Amino acid sequence: MKWGMVIDLQKCTGCGECVAACKLENNVAIVEPKESEMGRTMLWMDMLTVHEGEYPRLRVRQFPRPCMHCDHPPCTKVCPVRATYKNEEGIVAQIYPQCIGCRYCMAACPYTVKSFNWFKPEWAPGIRETVNPDVSVRPVGVVEKCTFCVHRLQKAKEQAKSEGRNLRENDFQTACAESCPAGAIVFGDLENTNHRVNTLSRSPRATRLLEDLGTEPKVIYLKEVD
Amino acid sequence: METTPVAPHPDYDLLRPIEQPGKSFYYIVAVLLVIILYAGVLYIRQVYYGLGVTGMAQPVTWGFYIINFVFFIGISHAGTLISAILRLSQAEWRRPITRMAEVITAIVLAIGGLHPIIDLGRPDRALHLFYNGRLQSPLLWDVTSITAYFTASTVYLYLPLIPDIAILRDRGVKPRWLYEFLSWGWQGTEQQHKVLNRAINILMVVVIPIAISVHTIISYIFAMTVQPGWHSTIFGPYFVVGAIFSGIAAILVLMIVFRKVFHLERYLKQVHFSYLGLLLLVMSLLWFYFTFSEYLTGYYGHEPNEMRVFWYKFSGTFAPYFWAMVGCNFLVPLILLGNRRTRTIPGILVASISVIIGMWLERLIIVVPSLSNPRLPYPTGIYFPTHTEWMLFLGGISVFVLGYMMFARFFPVISIWEIEEGRQESAKEVTRRITSYMPDPKESPTKG
Repeated sequence: MKWGMVIDLQKCTGCGECVAACKLENNVAIVEPKESEMGRTMLWMDMLTVHEGEYPRLRVRQFPRPCMHCDHPPCTKVCPVRATYKNEEGIVAQIYPQCIGCRYCMAACPYTVKSFNWFKPEWAPGIRETVNPDVSVRPVGVVEKCTFCVHRLQKAKEQAKSEGRNLRENDFQTACAESCPAGAIVFGDLENTNHRVNTLSRSPRATRLLEDLGTEPKVIYLKEVD
Repeated sequence: METTPVAPHPDYDLLRPIEQPGKSFYYIVAVLLVIILYAGVLYIRQVYYGLGVTGMAQPVTWGFYIINFVFFIGISHAGTLISAILRLSQAEWRRPITRMAEVITAIVLAIGGLHPIIDLGRPDRALHLFYNGRLQSPLLWDVTSITAYFTASTVYLYLPLIPDIAILRDRGVKPRWLYEFLSWGWQGTEQQHKVLNRAINILMVVVIPIAISVHTIISYIFAMTVQPGWHSTIFGPYFVVGAIFSGIAAILVLMIVFRKVFHLERYLKQVHFSYLGLLLLVMSLLWFYFTFSEYLTGYYGHEPNEMRVFWYKFSGTFAPYFWAMVGCNFLVPLILLGNRRTRTIPGILVASISVIIGMWLERLIIVVPSLSNPRLPYPTGIYFPTHTEWMLFLGGISVFVLGYMMFARFFPVISIWEIEEGRQESAKEVTRRITSYMPDPKESPTKG
């Protein structure tokens, strides 16, 4: 089993729904505007903008950026306390109670996907009620990032087990994939031929970010065709 | 008991600061303590609120603390390494210098070693490093080598100090219990001298590879990632050269300060400054050679991400710091030390201070630009240190000054017994050595 994600940039409209859904699903802290301006915004799923060419042939592209869940993650290699590691299903996980907050993994990540809790995360009174009880709230001083909604996987596994069957593709989708109005994000098992991601990842349009670094990301982008 | 007048010690100049400390000592200590206390309060505040009180953010997630960590550990190289190399090569002029150099190492290493802990988001979990550490992480290598270096260099400082402590004990200097305890029953017998020399000889050989490993491994923290500007094979030796370079500059500054304050003109003479000044010049050239190689390779490879960092340093936001570093580390020492007329004590002082500033800038230039230019299209990161970070930097420097003053208050900064040994035996020893270099006298004429 090797969990992966396919993002079809042909379908993606850059609406940012995945960014919002992820933030709510995973209790990602909302920082103050002043902090955000400093670069302390916390986003497990980010929407990046690329400017290509020059005026008048300028083109602006946008693409969603979750954690790449590399098969050879540069971040887990450098962690001094095994607070980040790749589990047997290919998910690069964070162990918050173990993290000492040295931020070495953040410095080592070529995709810059990790966020740090610079202050104790706080929720405004109205938002507090919407906190997802399935995801632990992180303390101050630890690193966090996209987990491929591993809590949903856990739930789906338990459900399947109680029903005495194997996990099905539709049992488990990440929050970003579920929320995408254009259906651009597909999640599944890259090694299972019945899963859509398996077929999609072999598309001629398939590409991965910074492939030449040899990190083997498990997030696959399908290029736009004009 | 009435005190009987004793014949003045030949090296009384070295004992005076301990036996008759001046008043100004207490004023300076008070000022330093205030600064350290204030820095301590700011650190407690940081632990309470989180690292948000610093200027660090994403993507510049490492700032002053890591820069100062590399900088302080770099300074600490001078000491023990220089002292060990000079002892090993039997350079006779080392005698008044080794002690001062070794003290730098012990104090600065303790300060530098604490910096990664100051930088932790969860200092309460620092012990995870020991009971849950991953030896595959370069940070663990660092913990190991810094601990080894600290242990070796404090022992290496202490052992040659024992005979001097015994001198102080025999002169009845207060606090007696301190000298009584630390002198370890030293009587100066032949057997004791033999054991001491043997121990020093073993340590000076052991200390050299440990010292080199320390800064190599600090460079590995950066070099083991794939980040542009960091992922370089030259980093190990480059960091070691930079470390020794800044360390020699620190020794020279301290020598000049102590010479002035303690009136040690009889001990620290022009020749010492001249030799060390030339060594500083050589290190400056070596540093330039490494810097040149590092950036030229990057430039010719022309990898786009590498070039972003390259131009960020050469003509971008960090250009003022970059060119200031080149000036401080290369041009100023080259001009001042390369010229016999300016290679005087004031000239050396200016060059040394310039090198210390330049090497701090180098650490800044290595840490920040690589982080502020992420590969993916994020906005470029900016980093401004806050009041907390500046004050903790100042606090670190104050701990160093205080530590050095406390040492100088209780122990001689120049090894008295080694100076004495030099007076007694150096000339004989050197003559014997030089004779041994000379061609042997002709053998028996039968062979001719």
